[in-house]
Amino acid sequence: MTDSKDTPAASGKKAKTTVTMTGASILWECLEREGVKQVFGYPGGAILPAYDALKGSKIHHILVRHEQGATHMADGYARASGDVGVAVATSGPGATNMVTGIATAMLDSSPIVCITGQVGSKLIGSDAFQETDITGVTLPITKHNYLVTHASEVARTVREAFYVARSGRPGPVLIDITKDAQQSTCEFDWEAAKPQLPGYRPDLSPAPAEYRQALELIHNSKRPVILAGHGIIISGAMREVRDFAERAGIPVALTLLGLGAFPASHPLNLGMMGMHGEAWVNHMIQEADLLLAFGMRFDDRVTGNLKNYAPNAKKIHIEIDPAEINKNVKVDVPLVGDLREVLLELMPKVESIDRSEWLDHIDQLKGDSAVRDIQNLPDSGHLYAAHVINDLWRQTRDGNTIVVTDVGQHQMWEAQYYKHEHPRSLITSGGLGTMGFALPAAIGAKVARPEAEVWVIVGDGGFQMTMCELATIVQENLKINIAIINNGFLGMVRQWQEFFYDRNYAATPLLNPDFARLADAYGIRSMTISERSQVVPAVQSAQQHDGPVLINFKVEQEDTVYPMVAAGAALHDMIRRPSPIVETADDE
Amino acid sequence: MLNTFMVYVENKPGVLTRVALLFRRRAFNIDSLTVGRTEKPEVSRMTITVDADHDQARRIEANLYKLVNVLLVENITNQPAIIRDLAMIRVAAAHEARSHVLQLASVFRARVVDVAPESLTIEITGAEEKIDGLLELLRPYGILEMVRTGIVAMRRGSKSAGVLSTPENTAEGLATVANDDVSYSV
Repeated sequence: MTDSKDTPAASGKKAKTTVTMTGASILWECLEREGVKQVFGYPGGAILPAYDALKGSKIHHILVRHEQGATHMADGYARASGDVGVAVATSGPGATNMVTGIATAMLDSSPIVCITGQVGSKLIGSDAFQETDITGVTLPITKHNYLVTHASEVARTVREAFYVARSGRPGPVLIDITKDAQQSTCEFDWEAAKPQLPGYRPDLSPAPAEYRQALELIHNSKRPVILAGHGIIISGAMREVRDFAERAGIPVALTLLGLGAFPASHPLNLGMMGMHGEAWVNHMIQEADLLLAFGMRFDDRVTGNLKNYAPNAKKIHIEIDPAEINKNVKVDVPLVGDLREVLLELMPKVESIDRSEWLDHIDQLKGDSAVRDIQNLPDSGHLYAAHVINDLWRQTRDGNTIVVTDVGQHQMWEAQYYKHEHPRSLITSGGLGTMGFALPAAIGAKVARPEAEVWVIVGDGGFQMTMCELATIVQENLKINIAIINNGFLGMVRQWQEFFYDRNYAATPLLNPDFARLADAYGIRSMTISERSQVVPAVQSAQQHDGPVLINFKVEQEDTVYPMVAAGAALHDMIRRPSPIVETADDE
Repeated sequence: MLNTFMVYVENKPGVLTRVALLFRRRAFNIDSLTVGRTEKPEVSRMTITVDADHDQARRIEANLYKLVNVLLVENITNQPAIIRDLAMIRVAAAHEARSHVLQLASVFRARVVDVAPESLTIEITGAEEKIDGLLELLRPYGILEMVRTGIVAMRRGSKSAGVLSTPENTAEGLATVANDDVSYSV
């Protein structure tokens, strides 16, 4: 802490570290010091003092078209880079428009800081124009939030918010700043504004006894499986997980958000688990005698019915959030701490064990799956989404590519047919399942990693939820490729109606605009593709074009994601694609 | 079973809402919640009783710790503790009933805090069972109005007092104790 204010003799020399600034200027100064280079935002009355002070800052402001987009962009930025993404909005409707994006970031542990303007502190509680109690609204969907009513609180709050957002299990933090706190002035002293979070403890580590118990289970296991989740990527533990799996000879199954945490081409990588996971992976989990959950939280989409989930398996749960322990699945040994650190501690004591019998058995489980794979269907003239995605993967696999998907059938096909080798190469809304996520999140990803080739894979339904952000892409001149998987339906909902609601397609057929002409209106180059032979040329053409490109892939309308574990069914109880695959084509 | 938690929190606006919301969000039913000041101005203390089994109680504790403003959580359910509730009871007490009510109050070491022509108001402090007992006996006379504070609790012996009386007994000091206390073994 500086004492320059108390020693007049020191003033005039360099010892004086405080300057008088407005709350608004302090805000930008602190964001810069936290390493922020870009923010995504939308101005309005209560945040205007902050926007006015932006001109003195090095931070680049990206104007969005809807505040929900700003939060998804901040989220996409965070997931692509691992740094904190920042979104800015005004009070009232600006703030409430952020709610979906904040909840999305919360469920997927994404570090974002949302800054909202608030009416003047004297007006709070009076139902003033554009007043909403946004800290109240966002209490259950933020990791923490703040209401700032004095300029003197701005610096410490920003520092705390960034620290809380990025440490421990990351998550969204909201800072609501009243208009007068932005306008009034105070002494700014970065050093003195250190975070004061006495109750916040993100750095837990397991007890020695827990390590011993875990090792015993690992060494006694004949049929172990690693369940690899998002925590691996957040913790930066890719290398450690790989070393561990190789050393212990344990196969790896991934969650949706874990894709990329373990190379798809690795012999121990089995693929995705869960509702639309590979059949052999789900069977394997059910047969396992030990599950090693690495940074995942036993979401209902990966466990199926909990009553008969992995009935023969002991469970080791390595997880940074103690509240996840025994939440859905009762575990035998919890190791609460940062995954990377826990694995580094565990590694030297892990014995190399030959588990070829178990691995051979898994190969057998794969058995007939290939025959049911749509990739093995002879080209019948139908364009399937799986074809589009697999072709896209072949064209982009060698590069530095980020795929950003929305939510629904195309998301599952992407997870199945795009083989992710690297962390942060897939960005998708998992926990909340937010349609409309892809396009804005891709903008955030491109801003975070301009050198990356960014592909949006989005359904025709989700695209229309946030397609206003096409204007943001153009205004910022971002090279983003957009692949609309257009089947004229809310496909995943239609699939549920097909299976569980007697094919009553209530409110799922979509009457769509001509997406190519829509793109034209924004000045975005566009193509419409309806044959498989055109897919690769279209992708190549998009890659060669300087600016953004939108490709409207008109795919089979009533295609189905297989396999599927119905909600509430046991994990091994899957609806499989009819075999041989030709039957499906004849169904149409 | 009923679990009793002592929760030390930062004395800041909105903290009560955060704690209460957590119980609602995670679908745990609060039986009683009291909050008040402590010997440290920057620390408030809550006593929360909630119906939960062993695993649920662990998860409540873990979730409370996730709140940034929570400093220390102690589950004192199976610990020796002093637990007190306070009730004010307005009971119908006219004519000959009056002396009976006064006698009962005296036996329970309760105090009469207000006297009206047709009623007496009694203040009683004690364990919940003691207050329940007095209420049971007063019921035949006619309880006109009753209010209870919910329980406050303090661990017996020196452990908690030690925590709170250290010179470094700041919010940071409490949090350090909490770190040592937390174990997730099952």
